[in-house]
Amino acid sequence: MKRLSGFRRKRIAGPILMVAALFTIGTAFGVASALPSSQHEMSSGTSTLVSEGKAIFLRGCSSCHGLNAEGGGIAPSLIGVGAAAVDFQVGTGRMPMADMSQQAMQKKPLYNPDETAALASYVASLAPGPSAVTNESLNFERDGNSAEGGQLFRTNCAMCHNFAGQGGALTNGKYAPSLMGVEPKYIYEAMVTGPQSMPKFTNTTITPQEKLSIIKWLQQANHEANQGGASLGRTGPVTEGLLVWTLGIGILIGIAVWLAMKAK
Amino acid sequence: MSNQIERFEDPGLPEHIHRNADADPLAEKRAEKQVAILFLLSALGTVLTIASYIFMKSDQYVYFPVMGSTNVQQLFIGLGLTLATLCIGLGAIQWAKKLMPDQEVIAERHEFRSEEVDREELVATFHDRAGQAGIGRRPLIKRTLGLAVGLVGLSPLVLLRDTGPLPGKFFETTNWAAGTRLVLDPAGTPIKPEDLEVGAVAQVLPELPAGTPRTLENIGKDAVLLIRLRPEDFNLDPERLSWTYQGIIAFSKICTHMGCAVALYEQQTHHLLCPCHQSTFDVTRAAKVIFGPAARPLPQLALMVNADGYLTAKQPFSVPVGPSFWERNSANG
Amino acid sequence: MKKSQKIGGSVANYVDERTGAAKWVKKNLNKVFPDHWSFMLGEICLYSFIILLLSGTFLTFWFDPSQRDVVYNGAYAPLSGVSMSAAYASTLHISFDVRGGLLMRQIHHWAALIFMVAIVVHLFRVFFTGAFRKPREFNWLIGIGLLTFGIVEGFLGYSLPDDLLSGTGIRIAEAILQAIPVVGSYLAFFAFGGPFPGTAFIPRIYMVHILLLPGLFLALITIHLMLVWYQKHTQYPGPGRTEKNVVGYPLMPVYMAKAGGFFFIVFGVTAFLGAVASINPIWLYGPYTPGQISAGSQPDWYMGWLDGLVRMSPPLETHAFGHTISWNILLPGLILPGILFTGMALYPFIESWISGDKREHHLLDRPRNAPNRTALGAMSIAFMIISLANGGNDVIATHFHLTINGIMWFTRFGLFIVPPIVFLITKRICLSLQRADRDLVLHGRETGRLVMMPNGEMIEVHEQISDAKKWTLTQHQSADALPAPLPESAKLGIKGKLRARMNQANAVQVPAATVTEFKELGEGHH
Repeated sequence: MKRLSGFRRKRIAGPILMVAALFTIGTAFGVASALPSSQHEMSSGTSTLVSEGKAIFLRGCSSCHGLNAEGGGIAPSLIGVGAAAVDFQVGTGRMPMADMSQQAMQKKPLYNPDETAALASYVASLAPGPSAVTNESLNFERDGNSAEGGQLFRTNCAMCHNFAGQGGALTNGKYAPSLMGVEPKYIYEAMVTGPQSMPKFTNTTITPQEKLSIIKWLQQANHEANQGGASLGRTGPVTEGLLVWTLGIGILIGIAVWLAMKAK
Repeated sequence: MSNQIERFEDPGLPEHIHRNADADPLAEKRAEKQVAILFLLSALGTVLTIASYIFMKSDQYVYFPVMGSTNVQQLFIGLGLTLATLCIGLGAIQWAKKLMPDQEVIAERHEFRSEEVDREELVATFHDRAGQAGIGRRPLIKRTLGLAVGLVGLSPLVLLRDTGPLPGKFFETTNWAAGTRLVLDPAGTPIKPEDLEVGAVAQVLPELPAGTPRTLENIGKDAVLLIRLRPEDFNLDPERLSWTYQGIIAFSKICTHMGCAVALYEQQTHHLLCPCHQSTFDVTRAAKVIFGPAARPLPQLALMVNADGYLTAKQPFSVPVGPSFWERNSANG
Repeated sequence: MKKSQKIGGSVANYVDERTGAAKWVKKNLNKVFPDHWSFMLGEICLYSFIILLLSGTFLTFWFDPSQRDVVYNGAYAPLSGVSMSAAYASTLHISFDVRGGLLMRQIHHWAALIFMVAIVVHLFRVFFTGAFRKPREFNWLIGIGLLTFGIVEGFLGYSLPDDLLSGTGIRIAEAILQAIPVVGSYLAFFAFGGPFPGTAFIPRIYMVHILLLPGLFLALITIHLMLVWYQKHTQYPGPGRTEKNVVGYPLMPVYMAKAGGFFFIVFGVTAFLGAVASINPIWLYGPYTPGQISAGSQPDWYMGWLDGLVRMSPPLETHAFGHTISWNILLPGLILPGILFTGMALYPFIESWISGDKREHHLLDRPRNAPNRTALGAMSIAFMIISLANGGNDVIATHFHLTINGIMWFTRFGLFIVPPIVFLITKRICLSLQRADRDLVLHGRETGRLVMMPNGEMIEVHEQISDAKKWTLTQHQSADALPAPLPESAKLGIKGKLRARMNQANAVQVPAATVTEFKELGEGHH
């Protein structure tokens, strides 16, 4: 007790307690805002952000998506896709597209986080849609259940992204990307918005809590150590077959050649 | 003609060349040491295996380049075993190569064909003995024996009959009936049209009467994929269009080729891909096969909304789901 | 006499007085085995089979071949509380709760892959060197049997853990059963004890996997080896090697040490793979349920070519009289493999029928000296590679930025176009190599040294090759001439004409160099 009151009296205690309190409130708020999030929130402070975003949009996006984001021949309408879609597409560098290939590829983002946020609030201002989330707001460690997440992943995701989230082939050169090393918020946003070939998983078919379970399972798969040596890409029997036809039989034949060679 | 042409002749076995170890006692000693060291390494490998088994923790990991972070105990038991066995092998072969005689020896082959006289005697004996049995003279015995031996193999086949029940109508039916609610897999909650946005999918199963367990056998026939498109994207005949509900369409998830779960839905192209053999189905045209080995579209489930606003089946599947079978009448799809 | 010798002697005496084994053992200690690396391929098969028996026995101590539902509560946290079959749960138990259990599982699986690779490579060696010829046709047939049963045995083992991947494999196997005309749905119900997946299949295939097929393997391998022993091993041509002898090392001590040592080598390499490379990580696949699937679901490689054929099959079904016949399953899944394996089994008889060669062969062919056979083998390998590649088309597509559709179309056409091209090219290469052999014997080896002749002409010095080498390169036509090619005459029926045609094609050979030619050339030079 004595030590604690001594600590309180110190001048540094005030700011520390303040930060701690803010952190607690912030986390609680973050969790609260992460879960529902089908509606978009607008406040007066965001209107400058919206106009800033509109300026960026007109410069960088409108040539394909139309001056009012109504869509064009080559690009879909962005009305109602929500901030989540913008945060995902622009934040992972998929948009703007570098070339009109099969699908937008992940690359270094063109816009910084502030610009992305501005773009997101502009698109969100057009029509209600899912709002963007932050990694901090997704407390999957606390709210997720990885066993449940694994089952949901295998039912809803593994058919395209492979059993361990390594990605897989779709038709005509399209592919489901690897989910390894992808930030939790982008996984969450992708499920909500259904980017490109990916279908949407609405909050009623997979609840926000279930989404956190999926993310928790994925994070675990991402960081899971190899139990039995080199993972061989976790793609199944193809790489195993390749290894046995090269290294496996190769070493054995090499030793057989040595065995049958006459000694000097 | 060919005997006039002189051919190359077999010079015979080449002279034996002595190895270092044959002539040089130092080389011999060296070879001996090499073999001994290999055997010692093997012993060390066994020690490593046992030590890893006893002393290492089973939940410890270590990082190696290429391999990544890997389980220490399993790695070192394995490497110990590798050392223990590989070195016995290497030692034994080195011993054979360097120290055991390496002069090739010649062995003669014998012809496999028996002597003519033996063969003739065999034939004669055989005919004689067959005559004693009189199989040629007694057709009645010959035929009845044939009958008996031919039939005796039937009993084991018949005895295998109870390995399983008869299929009956199993392949033709599912648990979908008129009014069956669609429930989410694996959560089991019913679903309303407004739960699905355009571009959304849901994996669903039929709601079973309370108390009926959800077996894998049922899932293997009942699994359905629910997809919501913009209604204008459909390219369906009026009947099939009436099976959709506000752009929501449902297909059996069991591939009509070999029964894998077809669930790779591309929401932009509206293609469904089976990951096993890459059959591709076009959702907008009632899952018509547009690529791959499948020969029939995925069966479509007719949808409606019940009084409480939940999605339900309007009727059972109109055709059997899953892969083909002999009794399947595929005339109507 | 030392004490150990005394004991050994009395044991030997005891045994011999009861079995008379001394005579047989004495004779066979001198049994001669020719030494060549390619003769070790069959041994790899044998040894990996022994490793499979040992590691498999270890696994049976914990594996529970049951499809009853259990809830997992073992060491692997991400599956904690998940309901699954006892088979899958016990495989997880072996992997995470038994020390060295995962290693043994991996050794078992790697050994299975090596077993199948070694069988196929051994088959290549036997085929390309003509070792299947009289008197070894029986062993060829047994070998084909072992290959076939090996594929089945491997598939059953892959199916046992009841994970998502293996369950998908079983689902496909069930679809193949179901597709068999007339009796298909009955067969499927009998095999699975009712509807798929049921609870009967894994216990049943477990018995087949650990008892029935291993017993069959033991029997076939024993006969295979007894025939090798009795007929004596073939040998490569060379000085001192004839059809009437076998040149090599005696069983004791050299061959015993080498072959025995090689067992430990195979074990060591398998253990190494088991230690450092993950195989079949079933805990990542999750338990099987028919509603789930993973991208890139493939079988092990020895089934991969079949899967590739099934993938590239055209969407053919016959619907008639209220019945359905799935050609898209039957054709690539049963009919084509059936034809291929039957053709492979009958090959020795077809070849000897075409060539009319009924002699015994103990000296192996150099592959170039049998151009048609070698070309046929290369063609078959091309066929296998193309279908195998299509079996992994999804993984290939994502790793090399190709499209599965593109690979599929390439292999659909390639399967028919590439093998014949490979046949033609291989045959040309064989004939060129024969020509090169002939030149080498007649003109010697190019030394790279240039010499200026008195008239200013630069010539390269050629060095005579050794007599041993000359013999090796010419012996195939020296022994006694092949039967004369069959004439094609009007009297022959279609079968006879076909045979005569193939016989003539088979007889195309570059004549081997002879001493007569060599001498003529020598006279010309001086």
